Amino acid sequence: MTGGVWIFAEQRDGQLRKVTYELLAAGRRFADATGQELAAVLLGSGMAGLTGEIAQYGVDKVYMADHQDLGTYSTDGYTTVLAEAIQRYQPSALFLGHTAIGKDLAPRVAERMKTGLCTDCTAVDIQEGRFVFTRPIYAGKAFAKVECPTARPVMATIRPNVLGAGQPTGNRNPQVIPLAVNLGPNSIRTLVREMVKKAGGRVELTEADIIVSGGRGMKDPANFKLLEDLADVLGAAVGASRAAVDAGWREHQYQVGQTGKTVSPTLYIACGISGAIQHLAGMSSSKCIVAINKDPEANIFKVADYGIVDDLFRVLPVLTEEFKRMLA
Amino acid sequence: MKIVVCLKQTFDTEAKIQLDPSGKISNENVQYIINPYDEFAVEEALRIKERLGQGEVVAVSIGGAKTEEALRQALAMGADRAVLLQDAAFEGGDWHTAAVILAQAIRGMEFDLILGGQVAIDDGAAQVTTRLAEILDLPQVNVVTKLDVDGRKVVAQREGDGATEVVEVALPAVITAQKGLNEPRYPTLKGIMQAKKKELKILGMADLGLDPTSVGSAGARTRVQSYALPPARKEGKIIGGELPGTAAELVRLLREEAKVI
Ligand SMILES: Cc1cc2nc3c(=O)[nH]c(=O)nc-3n(C[C@H](O)[C@H](O)[C@H](O)COP(=O)(O)OP(=O)(O)OC[C@H]3O[C@@H](n4cnc5c(N)ncnc54)[C@H](O)[C@@H]3O)c2cc1C
Ligand SMILES: Nc1ncnc2c1ncn2[C@@H]1O[C@H](COP(=O)(O)O)[C@@H](O)[C@H]1O
Repeated sequence: MTGGVWIFAEQRDGQLRKVTYELLAAGRRFADATGQELAAVLLGSGMAGLTGEIAQYGVDKVYMADHQDLGTYSTDGYTTVLAEAIQRYQPSALFLGHTAIGKDLAPRVAERMKTGLCTDCTAVDIQEGRFVFTRPIYAGKAFAKVECPTARPVMATIRPNVLGAGQPTGNRNPQVIPLAVNLGPNSIRTLVREMVKKAGGRVELTEADIIVSGGRGMKDPANFKLLEDLADVLGAAVGASRAAVDAGWREHQYQVGQTGKTVSPTLYIACGISGAIQHLAGMSSSKCIVAINKDPEANIFKVADYGIVDDLFRVLPVLTEEFKRMLA
Repeated sequence: MKIVVCLKQTFDTEAKIQLDPSGKISNENVQYIINPYDEFAVEEALRIKERLGQGEVVAVSIGGAKTEEALRQALAMGADRAVLLQDAAFEGGDWHTAAVILAQAIRGMEFDLILGGQVAIDDGAAQVTTRLAEILDLPQVNVVTKLDVDGRKVVAQREGDGATEVVEVALPAVITAQKGLNEPRYPTLKGIMQAKKKELKILGMADLGLDPTSVGSAGARTRVQSYALPPARKEGKIIGGELPGTAAELVRLLREEAKVI
């Protein structure tokens, strides 16, 4: 086993995902702690410039497959190229982000390699040179520490925002190693007929540092403007409770909770959300929680670090102005 | 069209999680449900069959004796038959061994489509169906919110990060359900009565012809070291007073105390 810690450098439209930077920075620590090299694996098409950017993150190697067949993500195409690279270069560990692509790709690659995979990890420890992963179970109501005792590579998908900021760790002039792409004519069995990008330059919910969320207390879809205004000032994403989604006020992709997205932002501001257990399941790992609710008995105050008991329609405009003033 | 639905029985979403004296997750006083995403899968299978006016829906689950209840519920919703994969040797397994067991059971069936949930809400892994697709060498489309069956192919709408994709795939394939796909029906009284008479087959390791070293803890690729409950969050601060003072104080605390802005 040649070893090495590999980071799947997920990119979309030629831009690295935020979690990729987090993984690269943490990956350097993991590689040092286990005495191995750090490599990034980059799959896609037309990614000029990305290797230079990745090089800032202390990687020893970049394995790269730049091929038109990889321009659009496909389970089959990406699995084949990644699995062949693993077979050939034998890393001891492979980390991916717990993103839509990471979730789809990692189990498929893990099964092809007949290896273990820990998904949605929120912490990584190293015990006697072995990786031990902490993963929330029962929607964050408990945690399991899991390891892959013998199978290699050890695989894990890591939840965005949990490993700390992705700061550059220095350029080691990595060697760029091209990966062969030999995908047969019918090897990609899914065809993406259409891709509807979500409008708006807002950050992705799961990657956002700050989320302002609204619930049934928002009363009307138009009132979400109040949250949008606050989000604009903070550079935040806008989330919603299931009650707001079920009412048709927001799309399901913005739902936070057990049957929605799991988020771990630095700051989560819940407005007019009662704090049902299924909602808490999706956001209780946020670093700082603020609740604005007119009911002092609301369950959300049990998990909130700071609370304002008041009418959100009065609080939000003032709060937005206060943030604006402070950030000016 | 023959459809196999993989469903898992999970704790109810309201369940309070506690550890038993041995440090494992306690199942005392817990209500069980069909994993909510798998319920969408059952519903979708029934709708496809109803739309086409023909076909068969088979619900398959790995679990203990209690799991019969989940399968009976699927039968009461309208599934035609159910298979419970149950064996003491399956215990201590992981997502890889679950996929191995399901693959072995499904391989022996006739099927055009396999449906499952995008994730099980208990272990939150989102692995089993994808691993199953790999073992059976089938294409997969995960996290699907809309599904149209069109002859020998399906067109699925799937949720990506920041984009919705419309994906076409030929059958047979594995599709996993996301919320939004449909609203599951409640079993009717008639359905519940009929479910009692429908076939629920129980198959163990020997019936499936599985090698004992390939399942349970012997076959698992991962091992749980320990379980823990989340640390209690420290008591929060309710900011007293009136607007605009409360808002100003919140902003100050977020910057100076919590240091998050
Ligand atoms: C299987 C299952 C899965 C679920 N998954 C999820 C999930 O993923 N995410 C999720 O969020 N829920 C989920 N739920 C639903 C959950 O149980 C709650 O019903 C839901 O979270 C309630 O949403 P809410 O807090 O917005 O509404 P409510 O519980 O109705 O709360 C509204 C709150 O707004 C406050 N309010 C009203 N007006 C004002 C005002 N003017 N100013 C200030 N405050 C005001 C009220 O005091 C109240 O606390 C799930 C439930 C089940 C059974
Ligand atoms: N024990 C099981 N029996 C049948 N299907 C299962 C089982 N475990 C998982 N699945 C299927 O795999 C999906 C994902 O589960 P998981 O990988 O555990 O998150 C579930 O939604 C089910 O469709």
